Amino acid sequence: MKPILLALLLMAVMTGAAIAAQPGALSDPKLEARAVTLQKELRCLVCQGESLDESNAPLAADLRHLIRVRIAVGDTNEEVERYLVARYGDFILMKPPLEPQTYLLWFGPFAVLLLGGTIVGTVVFRARKKLKAEKA
Amino acid sequence: MTGEIGQLALTLAFALSVIAAISGLAGARLNGERARAVATSSSIGMFVLIALAYAALTYAFVTSDFSVLDVAQNSHTAKPLIYKITGVWGNHEGSMLLWVLVLAIYSAIIAFAQRGSARLTSAALGVQGLLASAFLLFILFTSNPFLRLDPPPFEGAGLNPLLQDPGLAIHPPMLYAGYVGLSAAFAYAAAALIAGEANAAWARAARPFMLLAWIALTAGITLGSWWAYYELGWGGFWFWDPVENAALMPWLIATALLHSALATERTGAFRSWTLLLAILGFSLSLIGTFLVRSGVLSSVHAFASDPTRGVFILMMLVAAIGGALALFAWRAPQLQSGAAFEPVSKETALLLNNVLLTAAAATVFLGTLYPLLLDTVTGTKISVGPPYFAITFAPIFVVLIFLVPFGPRLGWRNGDLKAASRALAPALGIAAVAGLSLLAIVSPRSLAAAGAFALAGWVIAASVIDLTRRGRVRSLPASAYASALAHAGLGITLLGVTGTTVWRSEAIDVLAPGQTMPIAGYTLRLENVQPIQGPNYQAARAIVTVLRDGRTVTTMMPEKRAYPAEGQVVSDTAIHTTGFSDLYLALGDQQGNGWTLRAYVSPLAPFIWFGGAFMAFGGIAGLWGRLRARRNLAVPQAVLAK
Repeated sequence: MKPILLALLLMAVMTGAAIAAQPGALSDPKLEARAVTLQKELRCLVCQGESLDESNAPLAADLRHLIRVRIAVGDTNEEVERYLVARYGDFILMKPPLEPQTYLLWFGPFAVLLLGGTIVGTVVFRARKKLKAEKA
Repeated sequence: MTGEIGQLALTLAFALSVIAAISGLAGARLNGERARAVATSSSIGMFVLIALAYAALTYAFVTSDFSVLDVAQNSHTAKPLIYKITGVWGNHEGSMLLWVLVLAIYSAIIAFAQRGSARLTSAALGVQGLLASAFLLFILFTSNPFLRLDPPPFEGAGLNPLLQDPGLAIHPPMLYAGYVGLSAAFAYAAAALIAGEANAAWARAARPFMLLAWIALTAGITLGSWWAYYELGWGGFWFWDPVENAALMPWLIATALLHSALATERTGAFRSWTLLLAILGFSLSLIGTFLVRSGVLSSVHAFASDPTRGVFILMMLVAAIGGALALFAWRAPQLQSGAAFEPVSKETALLLNNVLLTAAAATVFLGTLYPLLLDTVTGTKISVGPPYFAITFAPIFVVLIFLVPFGPRLGWRNGDLKAASRALAPALGIAAVAGLSLLAIVSPRSLAAAGAFALAGWVIAASVIDLTRRGRVRSLPASAYASALAHAGLGITLLGVTGTTVWRSEAIDVLAPGQTMPIAGYTLRLENVQPIQGPNYQAARAIVTVLRDGRTVTTMMPEKRAYPAEGQVVSDTAIHTTGFSDLYLALGDQQGNGWTLRAYVSPLAPFIWFGGAFMAFGGIAGLWGRLRARRNLAVPQAVLAK
């Protein structure tokens, strides 16, 4: 474990040294764009509802840096997310994963729509029958 | 002394609220004339006393009376006068007092206006009295703003600098006028069930209150979003934060209610559904109050460590919502729906509107409360952020906006879809042109943006068509303006949201005086950074010259303010707007001899709030038409009576 950490630290220092004017930005614009996308989808752990992208908190700055380190090491976006989820839990994802305990969250809105649609269908059907009865 | 006057006034107001509750409900019986008179006068008396208590607290804030605990904890002598006055609602105790003040104002209006039958008004005052008594009890026992401090400190702790801002000064009263205003619709709905008068008349009596609440809620949310935009310093306008969602949910249901009540008034259709929406709307206001005021949001555990307030509100919530729903379940089945209409008709359109808005509200509800629920039940922590709402909420609204133009163009009972489509054909053309030209001209090319522009073009053009098709523009009824303005507002906001989301540019750089940075065609040159002494803060003010094609456009002065009393640093952004696009600057930290400068160019950002204003003006047009129509009706009746 320790050598990996050390390597990471070294990487961190190196990417840190490679910064242009923007503090901590990756020099490759493509990689930097990926980092920005990622930090918008991840949550600042100590703030109320802010993404890593928006937060001023020191921890968020550290995590923004960590994302860049992982990208520099060659991680894909998914690998970076998996890396962070393994350490901080699902809480860090702004978009909760689809798993049995979030089924209600994800399918709830569509269930309401389906139920509402069915009710509207029945009401409209009855209203039409009534209108016909009135006319007859 | 003022503290004691306030305390006494509040206690007496509680007594009067109980009297209003009992007499109001008793007055709903057939021969309750005396009780009704008592309900009216005690409701007005309750309003006067709460206003007195509120004035007393304001006086304590203005004179910096630090022997009052609430003032000592939330005010400061050096604070400008305006923020001493608005600071009254910048804290828990004061904002709860504002809450009941607004409730009492609505009670007083109901008592004075006497809309609907005497029994209906009386029962509505009774329900308002019940709500007021519960909240006054809450204030007196858990959130008393008049508690004393002995010995008083020499200086107060100050107000959160983020709240020391003109936008936030008017945002909470506006929001409360809407939030709490839904209590009037709730009270009338419960009254209709209690008095056995759940017919079209209650909806007519309650409509001005629904409109008033909706206008205030719309304006309050718009102002809040604008404040977040310029004050938080990140250029965002909506964060799907639970506190924002708490206001959005009642707005969605209130919008559904306004539409459903239209059918109930006109044809007596959907009676029970309209009642249910009125109950749901205010229930969501109560849930919002619980979320914001109990501390449950910051953390479930913070809530558990000091649960008095939260548990109290939770009990009120269960009693009010449970009671109203039980009443509904008991009385509503007796209501015959009686609606008879063709599948293609305004009624069906209104039903679809209601299903979509309710589903949208349910989505926000799930997204806001699910993480709390999951944490409480399983201990698993998840976050529900903007990506969730983009997948669930946005498609529902897309369908809704697509269907909006058909509503006003379909007739009651039996609509003509062909005629409606013919009338709307030019709008479809405009939508196609808007979408396609966007794809052709603007880069980066975005299919989603093109779709959104087409949708916005469709709903805005349809609103214009709706006005021109109904006859001479001058002789149009106010209700035509109301729906056209509100629906067009929806499209305008959509344009703004799309523009800022898709084409926003950002730039961050560290600049020393004289250095420049480019953003979206502009060049920003930092001239210098000066220290500024404000009334209760010290600021670093950057002077930034904005150049375009070598010519100076404007000079902008973003600030970074340090408030020593509160120990906080906030950024005061500078915004240069053309009406179509915003250039937005925020000053960051000093780094060596340079300063971090963040810049955003947000195309169409102002449209977000223009759209909100359009919607609110639509509501005002509707309210104005309603009050005028009533006066016109009232005169012949008075003549007839003679």
